[in-house]
Amino acid sequence: MNIYLPIAEISVNAFLLLGLGGGVGLLSGLFGVGGGFLMTPLLILIGIPPAVAVATEANQIVASSFSGVLAHWRRRTVDFKMGLVLLAGGLCGSAVGVQIFSLLRAIGQVELLVSLCYVVFLGIVGALMFIESVNALRRTKTGRKAPRRHHHWSHGLPFKMRFRASNLYISAIPPFLVGALVGVLAAIMGVGGGFIMVPAMIYLLGMATTVVVGTSLFQIMFVTGATTLMHAIMNQTVDAILAVLLLVGGVVGAQIGVRLGPKLKAEQLRVLLALLVLLVCAKLGWDLVRTPSELFTIGGGGGH
Amino acid sequence: MIRRLGILFAALFWASSAPAVEEKVIAGLSQTHVAITTDFSGSEIFIYGAIKRDAPVPKTWPLDVIVAVTGPVQPVIVRKKSRQFGIWVNDVGVQVDAAPSFYAVATTGPFRDVISHTDDLIHKVGLDQIVRLIGSPQDLQYPEEYREAAIRLRKDAGLYVELPGTVKVTDQTLFETRVRLPANLVEGDYRARIFLLREKSVIDVFESSIEVRKVGLERWIYTMAQEQSALYGLLSILVALSAGWMASTFFRLVFR
Repeated sequence: MNIYLPIAEISVNAFLLLGLGGGVGLLSGLFGVGGGFLMTPLLILIGIPPAVAVATEANQIVASSFSGVLAHWRRRTVDFKMGLVLLAGGLCGSAVGVQIFSLLRAIGQVELLVSLCYVVFLGIVGALMFIESVNALRRTKTGRKAPRRHHHWSHGLPFKMRFRASNLYISAIPPFLVGALVGVLAAIMGVGGGFIMVPAMIYLLGMATTVVVGTSLFQIMFVTGATTLMHAIMNQTVDAILAVLLLVGGVVGAQIGVRLGPKLKAEQLRVLLALLVLLVCAKLGWDLVRTPSELFTIGGGGGH
Repeated sequence: MIRRLGILFAALFWASSAPAVEEKVIAGLSQTHVAITTDFSGSEIFIYGAIKRDAPVPKTWPLDVIVAVTGPVQPVIVRKKSRQFGIWVNDVGVQVDAAPSFYAVATTGPFRDVISHTDDLIHKVGLDQIVRLIGSPQDLQYPEEYREAAIRLRKDAGLYVELPGTVKVTDQTLFETRVRLPANLVEGDYRARIFLLREKSVIDVFESSIEVRKVGLERWIYTMAQEQSALYGLLSILVALSAGWMASTFFRLVFR
């Protein structure tokens, strides 16, 4: 069954979109990532104009992350205080990111920037996560406990705050910066940024792993909400029909993911996520290096 | 007898260039309004017509008909990738000033056998005449390459179609053809031109327009996104939040 998308101005199979939404939603609930890093390239691949894909995907992430946040909230695995600090950084970052995005769009280098960002960040994060989680798996097998670091590098910074749910007493500056970096990337790459924030929260901030996913979703929900609004006002590129189709699949998938999560082992889960991230990274990296079959691309001149 | 001779003379006279038999083309379209609804999956337009003349059919060169349907014309930017530091990077690109969003040209025979180059230039019938660079950049070695790429890419996307031999002419008087509008249609005013040709030159042109419009929900969403974008953005977020909430509640109640 094909559906005509009013903003994207193309006709797409509705079940394909529902399926995509469902699959990506599952990952969202499972890993606490928005899933945008998979969805945005997939949408562009099926012919949605990149500007529409980025903006609409932000809207879809609002739905799946809200659905996830509610589930985590009931289980009390959201650190709202930490979430608000991350959010403050995220909003500043996304405002900057949107500016960079429009600038590069004008000179036709958005695609390249997005691909480079993906390759660099997915590569670093994926590799780090993979090494860490494989090491963690080995430790649990040999029965050794991970050494607990008492003196975190950020302890010398001012503005110390107590984050009770995260079991932390650290300066507010590192989480703010993490939030800001994620915000910039969210606006440029059309992603929630969970795939960077989750590892950053675990490895950089040293948060308790139980609250990482819920808190990340909490921040993502607001940052993508702001991004959706900015894109809707500045570029009119949010496609409501596309968003609805994606989010119907997305919210259902996210709920299944959240329920599936506790049944799997945390380390195994992280190995899986790391592999997935590396896979997407390798694909995008290959596309940058490989000689393309078509050297030319066509883009809108005036409006649109 | 004298009358017959007269016709013969007329025919001979026509054959020696100046048309003596006045021929006009009259055409109709199966639809002049295309509504883009939510389940829009393309539309087929049946174009038919007749040749009106005040004298019997000249027996010389058989007549040809070209039907051309043009979508709204917008400039597009075509960029070429080149390898820099090991990765493929877009260049600044070339603006192709006139590029319709859709173009279909149906003819009675192979394009070059039907229309002369001169008439193609005058009436802008072929794809090469339709997609043009107006102010071609000076610093580029082969700006033509970009224009050809625009045509090739749109052909691959099914937006530019050449349909040689698909216009059927009956008894040199009636003709018909079908042009399929694809699902990825852009709204706007489409132009249908019907050319009547003899000896590769155009002797009459008929023009009609096809209005392609989004209707219903599509129209409503599109208009709102354009005119009340802030409200539209807020509504989008609200829809997203309520969908997230509904799914969460539903799953909580069903799978406790």
